[in-house]
Amino acid sequence: MTQEQKSRTRGGFFSAEGQGPANDSLQLRNGYAAPLDAIPVMGFSRFAHWLGTLAGEKSRSTEGPTCRVCAFFALPGPLLPWAESREQQPGGAQERSVSENGEASFTLLAVLADDAAGVLHLAATEVGDRYPSLTPRIPALHLFEREAHEKYGIVPEGHPWLKPLRFSRPGGPDVGFMDFYRVEGDEVHEVAVGPIHAGVIECGHFRFQCLGEEVMHLEISLGYHHRGMEALLAGGPHRATLPLLETAAGDNTIAHTWAYCTLVEAFAEQLPSPRGQLIRSLALELERLANHTGDLGALAGDVGFLSTLSYCGRLRGDWLNTSAMICGSRFGRGLLCPGGAAFDLDAQLVHSLKDKVAGTFRDVQGAVKLMWDSPSVMSRFTGIGIVPESVARSLGLVGPAARASGLDCDLRRSHPLSGLPMSPPPYKGRSGDVLSRAEARHEEIVNSAAFCSRLLERFLDDGGEEVQCAPFERPPFLKGRSISVALVEGWRGEVCHVGITDRGGRFAEYVVVDPSFHNWMGLAMALRGQQISDFPLCNKSFNLSYCGHDL
Amino acid sequence: MLDILVERLRQKKRTVPFPGALPALPLRFRGRPFIDASSCIRAAGGDCAACAKACPTEAVHMEDRGPALDMGACTFCGACAAACPAASLVFTTDWRLASTERAALFIRPLPAEAHVVHDPMGRDKAMAGAAVVQSFPPRPERTFVLPELPLAPTREAAGAFARSCRLRQVTAAGCGACEADLNVLGTVVFDIARFGLDFVASPRHADAMVLTGPVPRNMREATLKCLAAMPEPKLIMAVGACAISGGLFRSLPDEGQEEGDSAFPGRPQRQNPQRAEGALPHMGVGLFIPGCPPHPYTSLDGFLRFIGRTTPSSARLSP
Repeated sequence: MTQEQKSRTRGGFFSAEGQGPANDSLQLRNGYAAPLDAIPVMGFSRFAHWLGTLAGEKSRSTEGPTCRVCAFFALPGPLLPWAESREQQPGGAQERSVSENGEASFTLLAVLADDAAGVLHLAATEVGDRYPSLTPRIPALHLFEREAHEKYGIVPEGHPWLKPLRFSRPGGPDVGFMDFYRVEGDEVHEVAVGPIHAGVIECGHFRFQCLGEEVMHLEISLGYHHRGMEALLAGGPHRATLPLLETAAGDNTIAHTWAYCTLVEAFAEQLPSPRGQLIRSLALELERLANHTGDLGALAGDVGFLSTLSYCGRLRGDWLNTSAMICGSRFGRGLLCPGGAAFDLDAQLVHSLKDKVAGTFRDVQGAVKLMWDSPSVMSRFTGIGIVPESVARSLGLVGPAARASGLDCDLRRSHPLSGLPMSPPPYKGRSGDVLSRAEARHEEIVNSAAFCSRLLERFLDDGGEEVQCAPFERPPFLKGRSISVALVEGWRGEVCHVGITDRGGRFAEYVVVDPSFHNWMGLAMALRGQQISDFPLCNKSFNLSYCGHDL
Repeated sequence: MLDILVERLRQKKRTVPFPGALPALPLRFRGRPFIDASSCIRAAGGDCAACAKACPTEAVHMEDRGPALDMGACTFCGACAAACPAASLVFTTDWRLASTERAALFIRPLPAEAHVVHDPMGRDKAMAGAAVVQSFPPRPERTFVLPELPLAPTREAAGAFARSCRLRQVTAAGCGACEADLNVLGTVVFDIARFGLDFVASPRHADAMVLTGPVPRNMREATLKCLAAMPEPKLIMAVGACAISGGLFRSLPDEGQEEGDSAFPGRPQRQNPQRAEGALPHMGVGLFIPGCPPHPYTSLDGFLRFIGRTTPSSARLSP
């Protein structure tokens, strides 16, 4: 048994000794499970203090760890009896829990990431049907509090914009009906776009408050793509869980399925096969390469530079075809499964993959260089859609968008999954404009292509020794009454899945946080003070997922 | 400028010769399923429902003469093939999945003698209009001759739209994969504009709606408004399992399949309050293109035949 396996069977969680808010929380590593009763349930004021100290604005100027908010969600009823009462009716996500004295009660659970130390902090509190909003102190919570409000009717008092989020309740307001912000004035006009956009793209509604050409505020109202994903996942893992998560955000299949597989492996106290883990890693980087390549082309297209658009449109397909060489699907459907990967690579396939990666990368470099060498493109990208570092940090942006604003966050470095060699070099500080986001993506293309080549060499060196990439042979026993968190750095950024099992080892609650959930507000901020004609350019530089947000 | 020309030469011409030649598909591609009547336990009257129990979308149901697999709800995950104890259910590499008839998407056992050619070189024996394809994983001794799915273009499609058909793609809560593989048809690789096909921004300019996604509650009104804004005559094409049936998100009958013996047995929640059932019945879908997502060649083949053009039959597939 390896050291890692020992630590996994011990639980891989710990409560630190010593004083201070950081030591109040349950500390958990990425991809490990802990019993539910290890989560400290604090009084609300202590919980608010804990959150504020670790993740609030002040935490960056004081001693001690600085954390990001990964997930924050409500559960009906107290934490422990809740998991048991849910066994009677799995999947009934909308019911309200009423305590003995007739008042509704809920548990709020927060998952924070300390990137420097590579640990996750978890803590919970119990509230009635209203509590003082935490968003004014921690803006990154704004959507999470709206989500809890929409799901259970819990009112965060003093929330600055408590509006519907996904219009997910069948009896609630119709989609798109809410109080939009409105700037008043003689010269001010409003532009409404969507839900159906003028292209082959997902649906959402945007409202611009404009003074002439200048956008004073952009409000984004989503929910059109709400398919009821999390409710369908409750009661699992069942035979539809993996296919469902493959479609959580269709262009981000590998990241979401990897997070799910990690949760199952954590609850089953098993490690994935080392070779399976390498195949997952390869697939994740191919997904990143495909999307970054496509988006660089689309950015060029949005400023009318058609050479790069045409080449990158083709090259994106070449990356997708590389994934299809491994598993038959251009989007990695069916490739991952709990325990490892469903498809193996033989030497012949590894050699063809190496050639394909090298050839496609060479063409991408040529196509992108044209764009960088073109002064008209550079002048259109520079200084447009700036998200300053302070804004990116307080909104909790993730992925390339955060790195382009100068945040040094990458889960592959800070919270690596077991047995992986990938550690991207630190990113250069950037200014947060469209050019920064484009450069950050190009830099990731270079790193990922080099990593894929090294990884493929490793498959050859193994000489077929680490052959087991097979899934679990029989349904594994999943640890009951436990919680586990899995973080995977997808191409858009942090994919976070939180699973809570009931006594029988079934998911009582399954929480999916797509990177788009964190980043949509970043797009709105990027548009402040910009010309409305630059919206497509700014939008494409983020290229966020609507269904990843709406689930 | 010179750099651009040099790069243009280096990137080469990349438009595929389809439909003049067969498409290049990955070896591990999972296309049209085939159920061998001679070895299927259920077809022989035995008690087996392994494929149905393994299916995540409950696309397989049992009939008197064996299983029926609904490609309109199938995600092509291969779980049924893996669960089949007799290995009689396989996924072939046949990419031609589109049909104008919803009922034709149900795959039922086919007699092996009539449809399986054991000698891959005996392709001459293939029936006219049939598809000869390899199975996944490729086994040279099993080459299938599958009858074509019915695809009869409507009179409007063959007449009015044969040379110019403008498509308005509507994403009714699709996950982005169907959309990406439709978008790719507009790139230099497939270049659908050369067939008179093109994606347009306004429904007023559109001849056909290309619908993706399960059309949940929150997308119904927008989808219907877009359809109403299109001029007559109009066509509707449902692309992907979600748009055809709701796929993974549809509500399932309470008396559905029991727990199977797959890696993770158990039943998903039966009712989805978001009512994601795919294209609404009264919309009148004219063309169904199955897949999750359909391969770009599958969609292109469907579009082209629907407007009355011929595409290469898989019967010409070389080993």
